[in-house]
Amino acid sequence: MDYEKLGFRAGLEIHQQLATHKLFCNCPSELKEEYTSTFERVLRPTQSELGEVDKAALEEARRGKKFVYFASSSSCLVEADEEPPHAANEEAIDVAITVALLLNADVVDEIHFMRKIVIDGSNTTGFQRTALIALNGSIDGIGIETICLEEDAARKIGEDGKKVKYALDRLGIPLVEIATAPDIKSPEQAKEIAEKIGLILRATKKVKRGIGTIRQDLNVSIKEGNRVEIKGVQELKDIPKILENEVKRQIELIEVKKKLIGRGIEKKDLEKIKITDVSKIFENTSCKFIRKALKEGVVFAIKLPGFKGIIGGIKYKEHRLGRELAMYAKMEGGGIVHSDELPNYGISKEEVEEVKKTLRCSKNDAFVLSVGKEKIVRKCLKAVLERAKEALKGVPKEVRRALPDGLTEYMRPMPGAARMYPETDVPPIRISKQKIQKLKKKLPEYPEEKIERMVKQYRLSKEEARQLVYSGREDLFEKFALEYEGYEKVIARILLNVMAEIEREGYDSSIVIKKMEDVLDGLKKKLFAKEAVETLLLFFAQHPEASLQEAMENCGLKKISDEEIRTIIRSIVEEKLDFVKEKREKAISPLMGVVMKELRGKADGALVNKILREEVERVLKA
Amino acid sequence: MIEVGDEVEVVKDGKTYRGIVMPHHAFSEKNILIIKLPNGYNIGINLKGCKIRIIKKGRKKERKMGEIPYDEKKPTVALIGTGGTIASYVDYETGAVHPASTAEELAFAMPEIFDICNIEAKILFQKLSENIKPKDWQKMAREAAKYLNEGKPVVIAHGTDTMTYSSAALAFMLKNLNGAVVFVGSQRSSDRPSSDAFINLMAATKVALTDIGEVVIVMHSSISSNGCFIHRATKVRKMHSSRRDAFVSINARPIGLINEDKIEFYGEYRKRSKGKVKAKTKLNENVALIHYYPGMKREDFEKMIDGKDGIVIAGTGLGHVGEHLIPAIKNLTRKGIPVVITTQCLYGRVNLNVYSTGRKLIKAGVIEGEDMLPEVAWIKLMWVLANEKDVEKAMRENIAGEISPRLEIDAKNFI
Repeated sequence: MDYEKLGFRAGLEIHQQLATHKLFCNCPSELKEEYTSTFERVLRPTQSELGEVDKAALEEARRGKKFVYFASSSSCLVEADEEPPHAANEEAIDVAITVALLLNADVVDEIHFMRKIVIDGSNTTGFQRTALIALNGSIDGIGIETICLEEDAARKIGEDGKKVKYALDRLGIPLVEIATAPDIKSPEQAKEIAEKIGLILRATKKVKRGIGTIRQDLNVSIKEGNRVEIKGVQELKDIPKILENEVKRQIELIEVKKKLIGRGIEKKDLEKIKITDVSKIFENTSCKFIRKALKEGVVFAIKLPGFKGIIGGIKYKEHRLGRELAMYAKMEGGGIVHSDELPNYGISKEEVEEVKKTLRCSKNDAFVLSVGKEKIVRKCLKAVLERAKEALKGVPKEVRRALPDGLTEYMRPMPGAARMYPETDVPPIRISKQKIQKLKKKLPEYPEEKIERMVKQYRLSKEEARQLVYSGREDLFEKFALEYEGYEKVIARILLNVMAEIEREGYDSSIVIKKMEDVLDGLKKKLFAKEAVETLLLFFAQHPEASLQEAMENCGLKKISDEEIRTIIRSIVEEKLDFVKEKREKAISPLMGVVMKELRGKADGALVNKILREEVERVLKA
Repeated sequence: MIEVGDEVEVVKDGKTYRGIVMPHHAFSEKNILIIKLPNGYNIGINLKGCKIRIIKKGRKKERKMGEIPYDEKKPTVALIGTGGTIASYVDYETGAVHPASTAEELAFAMPEIFDICNIEAKILFQKLSENIKPKDWQKMAREAAKYLNEGKPVVIAHGTDTMTYSSAALAFMLKNLNGAVVFVGSQRSSDRPSSDAFINLMAATKVALTDIGEVVIVMHSSISSNGCFIHRATKVRKMHSSRRDAFVSINARPIGLINEDKIEFYGEYRKRSKGKVKAKTKLNENVALIHYYPGMKREDFEKMIDGKDGIVIAGTGLGHVGEHLIPAIKNLTRKGIPVVITTQCLYGRVNLNVYSTGRKLIKAGVIEGEDMLPEVAWIKLMWVLANEKDVEKAMRENIAGEISPRLEIDAKNFI
């Protein structure tokens, strides 16, 4: 795809959990699932000056959800919204400022925490506390608009009818949020920038590691499309695919709009559409789910004028309008079937024709059916109609959720900008020049600087150093490299290749770190050769309780003396005497392979080579 | 001049910031200008070395509320505002939160209320509840009596800190209640989506429409949004600084629990009577409430009681003070100044027969305050001194549900 021609623009929003205690209380930032208490709440959109409520907030409230919260020892009255927040965590503020300085951003003179209205229950307060720490940064030519410090939301652990269940453990963990400008020009570049920002965050050494500790939101638009925010991207590698899919989806929706306009469809055509009861048509249907639903429900239908062939997909079937309509229905607790996919599911051609007749569909008209309890069916079709109206405008501005297969689904409309008011319970924090100076002096190395230094200091290849830094194991490497001088290459190989190998085999690679000292000590004492390291660690992965002695015995790595080595080599050389005499010195290298087959791991390769050379020279002299 | 609400451009160190000027925060430093950026965030900018230019002057927004609906088929409840955060409004543009300051704003605090009744709203005064004084109790009592005598039960929105003081005072002052007087507040202000204000206010209004003829407090029964307790005004105390279930009935069960439309009564309550309510609002404010502590100096004690017309002591355990204070107490009673003993345990009854200090206190002429809460006994004594001839008799009598003749066994949990 030609992203430049499409007018592709994307920005990133990266949320990284910090490894400090929580932002507004002294609870540990740890997920703990031994729940000791539970309580239930409802939230209500607040009235603004003119009694206006936020659009997104209103939609959440309309769904009438109840929220059930589960508390463990990782939360206190603050997370339960039963105690005012404490003053903001100073360590977290320092980390956020450090990140801001690394991104060349301007730190504000005084930090003011805000309340950002969120009433899906993920915050017990009904708002997320968030503060702007710095503005106007940049990385690799991409602008960094804002760096914020905010509290993480509660963790959704289930949904049961109208009740949504949340664990409170995650609520309040400090998050640094980095928002780039929409300067990103391709899906691949988005991934690279996300990776770079991730490295900078990790460089502070105060961020959490592991699944769910960093989350990416993507903002993307194309020409004639609209800004769409995609939430909850967990893996960097998924970014390009998700963005590519969103571009296709927007292209599809632009096509939908063009086609509808081409057919002369206007908003008023949809406004006069009535929901029609078509249950009668399906009295003797062979469609199983309709038969089942009709026992205590209804089949209602709406006509979608001019939508024929459009709902099922025009350019990209995968991104058809039908998916969007279905999601709107799903939000109301029901489902739909549309005429572009019929006859199907046991719904006959005759039934389709009958529905068309009842709704007075003409050639270009489509229809949507919903089956089930009347109240839900009505809500579903109403929602579908709302979404169909949006189709006339093209791509709606909205928030979508990333799915594991690289697709996305509708979550909620894009919230209005005016959803913030000051968190008056938290005092503002003055950031002095002295503080900035102090943090500047302690700034960690940039990833590039670190790679260069590691190449020089430890005689690593650039690729090795780069891999170590990107894998996040550079600190481990340095810790061992400083202790075991001369073994840098071995250590790098263990951290990069051996650990990966162990993971591939399906074992827990953390054993490597636990056994690293034992193995390196053994190597230093020449108990075995460096070729044995991988074998030993693989053995430890399978037998974590084993001692080094046991591992060596089990891997056939008994210590072998120089004399024994010489005896083995001598016998091999004598066996191949003719070959040696013919090839003279050139025989050494092919013989090395034969000898190492016997001695691999039991003797140091360099030593073996030395003795082999001596033995070959000895027979040649004789 | 730059004013709050103006849109400005600030240039500092070659960087340009644009935003709307916000009010100065009490803890903000002097030379800090707070602006709201277009993305909604507030930031503080040090004015040193700044160039500021006004782009657009802010304009005062007019607040307008719709007309309060009236349906003659529905009963009318009087909603009296005294301050507190049960009705407040957020201006998202400036972020300012202001409490309801007009009758309309108060009435529209929760528009759903109009589904069940008409609301006649009045802002009586706007005070943080820690600033409320006995004079204000008198105002509230007179206002409540006026509405009740018009056939309108009363809901009083009140800050939670001293709500139980006000409610107890009204319980003593209002005689022959022909309708309910319901105090209500919020532990989380109503500008937050998680506020308890809405559930409390709705429940209070529903309680006002029952046949209860008492002064009560209606507040959350637990930290869940699943119902409110109806507390008797003289038996309730704020027992937590921040939880929404802070209000607890002490030495008594709540009158009942209201959840949505269901009311479960736990015991007897006074039904609304016929006839007119009388507000006997006189008080003798010259009464001291003294919390005894170990080693309290006699001189300090004497300073506190000097010139008082009555004393209430929150004593230790069954109702004790150090023996060294007993002579000073004797001096008071000899002069005919009543000294009422309550317990700082709050839970349980005073009994001065059990230990020798107690017996000495009885001999010194103190009045045992039974199971009255110290602050309730204090308010009662102020009222009794101004309204009753036989002070001691009145203090020992149950006037407004403040004394429980028997404390039921609740073995599991007395709190």
